[in-house]
Amino acid sequence: MSDVRQHADDIHAQFSDHIDVDIEDVEERLTTLVDEYKVPMDEARRSVTNHYLEEAGLEREDISGGDSEAATIEDVDEPEEWIDLTAKVIELWDPRSDSVAQVGLLGDPTGTIKFTKWAKSELPALEEGGVYELRNVVTDEYQGRYSVKLNSTTVIEELDEDIEVGNDTSEVEGALVDMQRGSGLIKRCPEEDCTRVLQNGRCNEHGEVEGEFDLRIKAVVDDGIDAHEVIFDKDATEELTGLSLEEAKEMAMDALDTTIVADEIREDIVGTYYRIEGPTFGRYVLADDVEELGGPADPEELLIKARSM
Amino acid sequence: MSQSELTREVARRVFASEFNDSTYAFKESDDERAPNYALLPTGDRANRVFVSGTLTETEDVGEESEYWRGRVVDPTGTFFVYAGQYQPEAASVLRETEPPAYVSIVGKPRTYETDDGTINVSLRPESISVVDDETRDRWVVETAERTLDRIEAFEEWESEQEAPESASTAPTNEYAQMAHEQYDSPVINYRNDVIQALESLETVGNDDAEATV
Repeated sequence: MSDVRQHADDIHAQFSDHIDVDIEDVEERLTTLVDEYKVPMDEARRSVTNHYLEEAGLEREDISGGDSEAATIEDVDEPEEWIDLTAKVIELWDPRSDSVAQVGLLGDPTGTIKFTKWAKSELPALEEGGVYELRNVVTDEYQGRYSVKLNSTTVIEELDEDIEVGNDTSEVEGALVDMQRGSGLIKRCPEEDCTRVLQNGRCNEHGEVEGEFDLRIKAVVDDGIDAHEVIFDKDATEELTGLSLEEAKEMAMDALDTTIVADEIREDIVGTYYRIEGPTFGRYVLADDVEELGGPADPEELLIKARSM
Repeated sequence: MSQSELTREVARRVFASEFNDSTYAFKESDDERAPNYALLPTGDRANRVFVSGTLTETEDVGEESEYWRGRVVDPTGTFFVYAGQYQPEAASVLRETEPPAYVSIVGKPRTYETDDGTINVSLRPESISVVDDETRDRWVVETAERTLDRIEAFEEWESEQEAPESASTAPTNEYAQMAHEQYDSPVINYRNDVIQALESLETVGNDDAEATV
């Protein structure tokens, strides 16, 4: 109910400068559409907004911006928020469905986000590399990942400027299903600016060298939909395992074998759920922030869904 | 090995009841090294799965060399896990773990035909870890969610079949199609398993929640 109230509030605010709209009336119209006719909220909102537009003899442009707020990509953490973005089109992907006109990746200095532009919205085409002001886009969430949708109320304005696209931080949540080779106690090349991992005491660039010990983990975190490769550097590894580099060296010295460290770590982390946040680097996510996940979310919502299917 | 790591197969979440019904196995290409998939009856392919449950029994069923069988129980049924000399780490976990214990397993579905012609599905583990009850409960909810997503996609596909005029824009779901052709058991059965699994997590004193149906 409070959700409907929030949307009613937004619509009311949009029109309050133009016509006398009763907020109870807005809420009632939304409730009827959403509860009785099972219309999705964004569609209901659109329909109610159109109703008042007509009543007031206004065009969409007259009121747009009234309800959406200027935001940056990293601000997006809720579905169904109406926002304005200034962003660059980093990539366009092939739409998988005829209902989608364009789909791709937007970036601004704070990060990147997927966008979808519906065919039926009949908006002008975005070009790869172009910078746009996108007013009145709506946020969406699917399995913890956010995107924005361009809809028929969206106003697109191309800007004659370039913006820098920030580091893409991603969040991965899932079961750690594998620890790969090259994890545990490793040796790196000591040459300046090299740091390559040695294979049998040899650096690919500098040949046989006296390596320096380091700790790292290359792991796969899998949510059942995608498998993500995650790298834990020394600090992240120490924090994850509670094992320091010094302790790892001692452990290997006692066993006369460095692989014991990887074995120990594997036993500790494989099969456990984690949430990992960090910048992406090629196909890897660098683990900056790691949280071990405990019990599940309340199953009630899923139960209701299952019973209604 | 490095080749296959480039396109690492996702570990599907599937309850034991559906896993054991996934008797149809296939490859996507004629290449000898192409990955094997089990066809999930809710309409997806699985080369790898991640499961969690209670290890209730272990037994060395090998004749010449060690071959361990473990029974891993979830709210819908039992996974049969087999590990031998080619899965030394998993085999040693089965050898050394005292049941009952909660375990998580990453592994691959394998089908085999018994003497009477029935096809059984078992799990060949890549790794087995002893975990706590929170991990196991999280898996049940996650698996419920993924299973419902598959059922939803399956039913969407099914309803598109009944409305052929929309066929041009209909989402294609080749594994739903394949499941429809290969299996008899209605998808709704797996929804009932999901409900059963989720209900098993509900704690005593949460009865009022039932009223929401």
